[in-house]
Amino acid sequence: MNIIVCAKLAADVSEITIDPATGKPVLQGVPKIISDIDKSAVEEAIRIREKCGGKVTTVTIGPPEAKEKIKPLLAMGADEAVLISKPEKEDYSIVAKLLSEAIKKVGNYDIILCGEASIDLFSGQVGPQIAGYLNIPQVTYAQVIIAEEKKVIVERNLSDKVVVIESTFPVLISVTKEINKPRLPNLMQIMQSAKKPIHEWSIESLGIGELSPKVEVVGIDGVPTERKNIILEGEVEETATELAETLAKEGIF
Amino acid sequence: MILIYSDNKNNSLELLGKGRKLADQVKNRVLAVIIGNAGEPEAKELIAFGADTVVIAETDMEHFKAEEYADILQSIINEYNCETVMIGSNKNGKELAPRLAARMETGCVTDCINVSLEGEKLTVERIVFSGAAISRQQFASDIQILTIPPKAFYPPPKDEARTGEVIKKSYQPNSYASKVLRVQEMKSGDVNVEDAEIIVSCGRGLKKKEDIRLLEELAETLRGNTIGCSRPIAADLKWLSEDHWIGLSGHKVKPKLYIACGISGQIQHIAGMRDSAIIVAINRDSEAPIFKSADYGIVGDLYTVVPALTKAIKEEMSS
Ligand SMILES: Cc1cc2nc3c(=O)[nH]c(=O)nc-3n(C[C@H](O)[C@H](O)[C@H](O)COP(=O)(O)OP(=O)(O)OC[C@H]3O[C@@H](n4cnc5c(N)ncnc54)[C@H](O)[C@@H]3O)c2cc1C
Ligand SMILES: Nc1ncnc2c1ncn2[C@@H]1O[C@H](COP(=O)(O)O)[C@@H](O)[C@H]1O
Repeated sequence: MNIIVCAKLAADVSEITIDPATGKPVLQGVPKIISDIDKSAVEEAIRIREKCGGKVTTVTIGPPEAKEKIKPLLAMGADEAVLISKPEKEDYSIVAKLLSEAIKKVGNYDIILCGEASIDLFSGQVGPQIAGYLNIPQVTYAQVIIAEEKKVIVERNLSDKVVVIESTFPVLISVTKEINKPRLPNLMQIMQSAKKPIHEWSIESLGIGELSPKVEVVGIDGVPTERKNIILEGEVEETATELAETLAKEGIF
Repeated sequence: MILIYSDNKNNSLELLGKGRKLADQVKNRVLAVIIGNAGEPEAKELIAFGADTVVIAETDMEHFKAEEYADILQSIINEYNCETVMIGSNKNGKELAPRLAARMETGCVTDCINVSLEGEKLTVERIVFSGAAISRQQFASDIQILTIPPKAFYPPPKDEARTGEVIKKSYQPNSYASKVLRVQEMKSGDVNVEDAEIIVSCGRGLKKKEDIRLLEELAETLRGNTIGCSRPIAADLKWLSEDHWIGLSGHKVKPKLYIACGISGQIQHIAGMRDSAIIVAINRDSEAPIFKSADYGIVGDLYTVVPALTKAIKEEMSS
């Protein structure tokens, strides 16, 4: 079984601060980390390999420095990693196109795993776009994956219902954060992973011409967050009464 | 043409609201799509709410599948020369739109909370960085595909006198090597946090499942009856079903009053409730970030504050 996991290097949203003067987020210097849900995708890939045998390859688009961030995925148990250089301009379609070309180059894929969405953009687009470019079946929001030799059975979580889908290979599956708890590699695994290959591929090596964005970001604005921020102080009964009176004045009841 | 499609009736009407406005601006027409075996009355209703043409795409498919639905929409887009395609942003819509975009090699933006024309260019806004910012994006492709979350726009006024064309046509999409085996409804307590006017919400500050009772008493007193929760309560502890889950990966709510009890206020939770009119926070940690997103805060143990608040509200109501 050959499993490819798309693991994004995303902005660590918990490190984003808001500039009090402009109300806009400060994006410069925000560290990049492997997107949360993508770690669950790597964990799921390893579990499938443990059951069915095969190989797990991760694919990431990012600058050369990203190598350090990919290593923990190898320590978790991925066999190889691919790092594709960052294009000058990117949008969802360019990212999906590059990833699908890289997946073709890795070749012989049975299952492609993505996160349901990335922590910074949370668009959920890239998985289904890759499946579209490769013209293969897709299953999104997977909460359970049961892989067998020739097919996979997946539970899609749609909040109000669960849809159980069966597919042959190749198939693209996007996973939810709830599908598993990603393992923490031990020291031994971390040391051993240093020997595992990280292939660095240029965009030219994927054999695609110039890609122009189909969507462009024209501005990043802050989110208005005007709140009264009144902290009521005193004994519990007093504050509770004060709050009840305030809510009455606000016309809540 | 502007194409609108959602498998959710209310969402379809909201899409018509925005679609009609955009169409009127550039003297364009609106085409609404129904996939499945719908009847004339359903189509007529979409016309009354602003559609010029309704295409009922008949298929023998029993269940939604993004692969086949994308093929059907692609045929309709080509047949009717649609430039702008608006799809309802539930989980099905969110996997359908980007697949369609890749098949058509065109631009797509999901979860647009705002859509407008700036000059000639279709401009949209979506929330990014877990709710810390709004990203404004413009399409550079001839066809633009976008998904619109529920309640982003108002349905247009209904006009029974409006006329339009209803086309019934059967579509045979390609077949794909995946199939739906079964659909299981998840248990839910008939809650609908998205429409609730008052929500009392709990987080990890709660020690055990039974203690939700305290919040229910407060909610009932407020005649709200709706309980919400943070992700860990639904996803990890499973004390409440997922339809109570509020936040970035849960439901987005806009009640008149949101009371957060024992919720720390991580950005992913705030992303789901920041549009509430009044936010009250109860947390024993005065440094908890929830207080920055609250109008009124009480620093204290929810096990004493919540019952005291319930009592105080009862007294206030009867006075
Ligand atoms: C991709 C992604 C998506 C996510 N989506 C969501 C989402 O949709 N919704 C969501 O909620 N989270 C989401 N999260 C998780 C989010 O980051 C937080 O982990 C989560 O919101 C924390 O839940 P909490 O506030 O209940 O728990 P905690 O952060 O553990 O906070 C518990 C709080 O309770 C207080 N407390 C404890 N005891 C008491 C007491 N007796 N009385 C009063 N206060 C008390 C503590 O001071 C603390 O502030 C997401 C995370 C990621 C990475
Ligand atoms: N730059 C990237 N490199 C590798 N994988 C990516 C990248 N961007 C998105 N993905 C994959 O696509 C999923 C959805 O991302 P998004 O469309 O940004 O929400 C992620 O969870 C990843 O699996």
